Parts: sequence; C-alpha cells; structure tokens
Amino acid sequence: MRRLTHNLPFWGLLPAWLLMGFALILPILIIAAVSLATRGSHGGFSWDFNLSGYSQILFNEGWSGELEFTPQYLLIIGRTYLLAGLTTLICLVFALPVAWYISRQSPGMRALLVYLVTLPFWVSMILRVYAWMIILGKDGPLPRFLENFGLAPGTSFMFNDGATLVAMVYTCMPLMVLPIYASIEKLDLTLIEASHDLHGNRLTTFRRVILPLTAPGIISGAILVFVPSLGAVLEPVLMGGGKQMMMGSLIQLQFGGGRNWPFGAAIAMVLMGLVMLLLIFTALRAARRQAGMEATA
Amino acid sequence: MSRQHDVKRYPGFGWLTIVFFAWLYLPLLVVVVYSFNANRIAGVWTGFSLDWYAAALKNVPLMNALKTSVTVALIATAVATSVALMAALAIIRGRNVRFRRLSETVVNLPLLLPEIVLAVASLILFSLVGIQNGMLKLILAHSAFCTPFAFLPIRARLQGMNLDFEEASADLYASRWTTFRRVTLPLIFPGVFSGAMLAFLISMDDFITSNMLASGGTTTLPVYIFSLIRSGTSPELNAIGTLMILASLILATIALLVAGRGTRNT
Repeated sequence: MRRLTHNLPFWGLLPAWLLMGFALILPILIIAAVSLATRGSHGGFSWDFNLSGYSQILFNEGWSGELEFTPQYLLIIGRTYLLAGLTTLICLVFALPVAWYISRQSPGMRALLVYLVTLPFWVSMILRVYAWMIILGKDGPLPRFLENFGLAPGTSFMFNDGATLVAMVYTCMPLMVLPIYASIEKLDLTLIEASHDLHGNRLTTFRRVILPLTAPGIISGAILVFVPSLGAVLEPVLMGGGKQMMMGSLIQLQFGGGRNWPFGAAIAMVLMGLVMLLLIFTALRAARRQAGMEATA
Repeated sequence: MSRQHDVKRYPGFGWLTIVFFAWLYLPLLVVVVYSFNANRIAGVWTGFSLDWYAAALKNVPLMNALKTSVTVALIATAVATSVALMAALAIIRGRNVRFRRLSETVVNLPLLLPEIVLAVASLILFSLVGIQNGMLKLILAHSAFCTPFAFLPIRARLQGMNLDFEEASADLYASRWTTFRRVTLPLIFPGVFSGAMLAFLISMDDFITSNMLASGGTTTLPVYIFSLIRSGTSPELNAIGTLMILASLILATIALLVAGRGTRNT
C-alpha cells in the first residue's frame, strides 16, 4: 500500500491548508488586528492601535473625550444570549419527544421521517424566514385566523423579539432533532425495561436512564443550535425589524451603514471568543468523559 | 405487554410528532399557496393565477442574480469538492500524517465559527489585499465555507471502505493513478456526489457572506430576494420562492438518496 499513499498526506492537505489559510485563518487574524485599530474618518480604519473598539461596547465617548457608560450594546449582547438560549431550550423540548417517537418506528418509516426532518434545512434560509414574515405579517394567515375568533384584533406579531425567536426556532430545529435521534437510536432498550422492573416510573426512567444516556446527542444538538443562533443575522433583521438588534445584525450594521469597522471587528471578536470558549469547554468535557470511561472500562 | 403499558411508548408523542411535521412544512406551503394568488397584496386571497410565475421568468434582475448564483456555486462546488476529496484521502488514508487532528479541525473550521464573523473578516481581507473582482471574492469565500459540507460525506464514505479492491488493483500492476480513477473514485463516488450537491446547495443558499461582499453586478439570488423583501412582500416573490423551494427539495432529495444508497451497498 505504500505505493498508493506515498507523499499523500502532504500534497493532499496542501490545498485545504492554502484555501483555509487564505480565506479563513488570515482573515480572522486580520479582524483581530482591526478590532484594535482606529476608525477612519470616511469608513475603513487606520493602524493606530488602541482599545477604543472594545471600549465603545461599554462606553460612549462624549464631545470632550469623557467616557460615559452606555448599556445599549450590553443589552444587545444580553438579548443575543437570551434569544439563542431560548431557541436552544425550545428546540430541545420539542426535539426530544419527536426524536423518541421517530426512533420507535419501523426502519423504513424511520428513514422517511428523518428525511422529512432534514429536508427543510436545505431550503434557502432567507425563504424559511420569509415564510414566517407572511404568516405573522399584517394581513397574514395567523392574524386573520385569530381575528375570525375575535382574538387579538389589531395586534402586530411582527418586529419584536418574539417574532425573531419564532424564526430562529424554525430555522434551527433540524439541527437539534437529528443528533438527538442518532443517540436515542443507539440506546439499549433493555436498560429502560430494567428501570421499570425496578419500579422506576416514566419520569424517573426518563430522568435517571434516558437523559444521561442520550446526553452526548443533546449536547451536540444544543451546540449546533446555540452557535448559529448567537450569530443570527437574517432573523433579527427581517423579523425583529432592525431595531431589536442581535450581535450578528449589529456587526453587519457596522460594516454596512454604520461604517465603524474597528467597533464591528471588536463585537465580532467578542462573539467569536464566546463561541470558542463554549466549544473548548465542551471538547474538554467530552475528553474528560472519554478518559473517565476508559478508566472504568 | 399491552400497548398502553409498553414502557418505551410515551402517550401523546405521536400527536406531538404530527403537529411537529405540520409546523415544519406549513410555512413552506404558505409561500407556495400565496404564489398562485391573483391579488397584488400578498395576504389577501382573490383567485388562482399563474401571472406571478410569468412575471418572475421575465424579471431580468432576477435572472441575472440566478446566473451569478449558479456560476459562483458551480465553481465553488468544484473547488470545495476537490479540496475536500484530497484532504479526506490524506487524512483517512495517509500514513504518518502529522497534524491529522489539526488539519481536520481546520477543514471543518467554517462550521465552528459564526458566519457573520467570517463574512466581515473576508470583507476586510479582500479590501486590504485589493481584490476588486466581485466574482472572485464570492468564489473564494464560498469555496472556503462549502468545503466542510463536501468533506463530511466523503470522509464518512472513505472511512467505511474496504481496502481489498485497491490492494488487488495494485497487485495487478495498476498505476496509482489508474487505481484511484478505476477503483477508489467509483467506490467513494456516492460520498463525493452527495458532498458536491450539499456544497452546491450551501453556496446557492448563502446570504450573510454574499450580502457582505456584494458589489454592483455580483448580486446573488438570496441577496436579490432580500432586496425584494425589503421593498415589501409581493406575489412575484412567492412565485420565485416556490420555484426555489422546489429546486432545493429536489436537489437535496437526490443528494440524500445517493448518500443513503452508498451506505447500504457496503
């Protein structure tokens, strides 16, 4: 086999490293540098290093240069976390029973249902958000439906955090169902029977047997939903109406109309740093878990 | 054991699953239904009409955006799939690969980072390096974030593969290239094909990066749709959306079927 794989590692990985190096790693290093640069007078930036990009997250610089604490960007960071967390939680609550039900079907039915869960994920993101703009929008099916029953007349369902949340849950759901289903499918059902034989009721069995055994699927589902939710752009822009910003839409604004690149880069660094911390934390946890399992085995 | 006392069944989960699938597909259905609405105002139904499809097909900016999207997606898919195939071969088949874990992480990096960060980072890079060509910018960025989507199915396919055929081919004095072309590639083709399809769909769908890098003449389909949404919902937009939903569903189905058949045959 040596003939086949001779020198393969080097030449095989070279294009990947070149592409990722130029289009990914280099840009990330540059954005880190830009977050420390100074805002230019006509957009762009100049290479005078300082922390003003970061201090703008917390402080507003007055006319005479004094710093005044402003909570507005902290509120955006807080809202981002709250909405991403709620999205993850709601997806989890619905994905668990659905994944469980799918895993109890015949193999053919299981394959069909998994396919049906996956399918909407491949429909353009902007269309999936747009669909909810129609449904919740003025004269949309939902307000009209409710009005027919005399409920909530004249209420606007759009342009608030709730609308953003609805679209986020909708776009993220497949990412939660699939990993949970994968771990439930591997579950040893005799353990559940054993739990019941030992007089564990459904809730106890769920809490003490099913939940711990499907934890890896739940954790990877939660990460797959939480990470893109933190960086959501389309949902807050289209559903939140631009006023109810999240970190993603705030970054976009700074590189578009806002034209404050160092500030935008600083927010991007904060967002990326939070995501990285989360990923490193879960990777360490998984490694420790594995080490623990090997030690007991 | 009667059904009711089956401890592996939870009452109500079946109903919840039905509601779940209705919730998953109804929004897409709403777009489809409204695309046949004769009324100019999207929310009010007045009658069946195909006018908006005719209008969509005659819409020149839309067709230009579609052309841009397809061009970018085809080139990005070719680049991403080649890069992913080579990387997967090296990572799974290579002996003594240094930085194996690190290389795999780097290939999958676009999946780990929020897209908006990558989008603004590439915007800054391209403006610093002085890349003016809008298409080139889009192709570079798309190639990078499509690579993991091509990589994962190929990697899965390679990992589950038996080495006997390749060894037999080598024993029969086939050259390395012949073995790759006549034995390895046909065997991993389902993985390569579904990887390429997924990369293509991801590129076609992308809004965040394309919007950030958009300049005159490089408006992609999702960026154009965004501008339509911004100027108010219209039945024509629903017609365009319906055609896109249909195209996505067909392509994704083909990709998933090929990937599924591949795993069953081995």
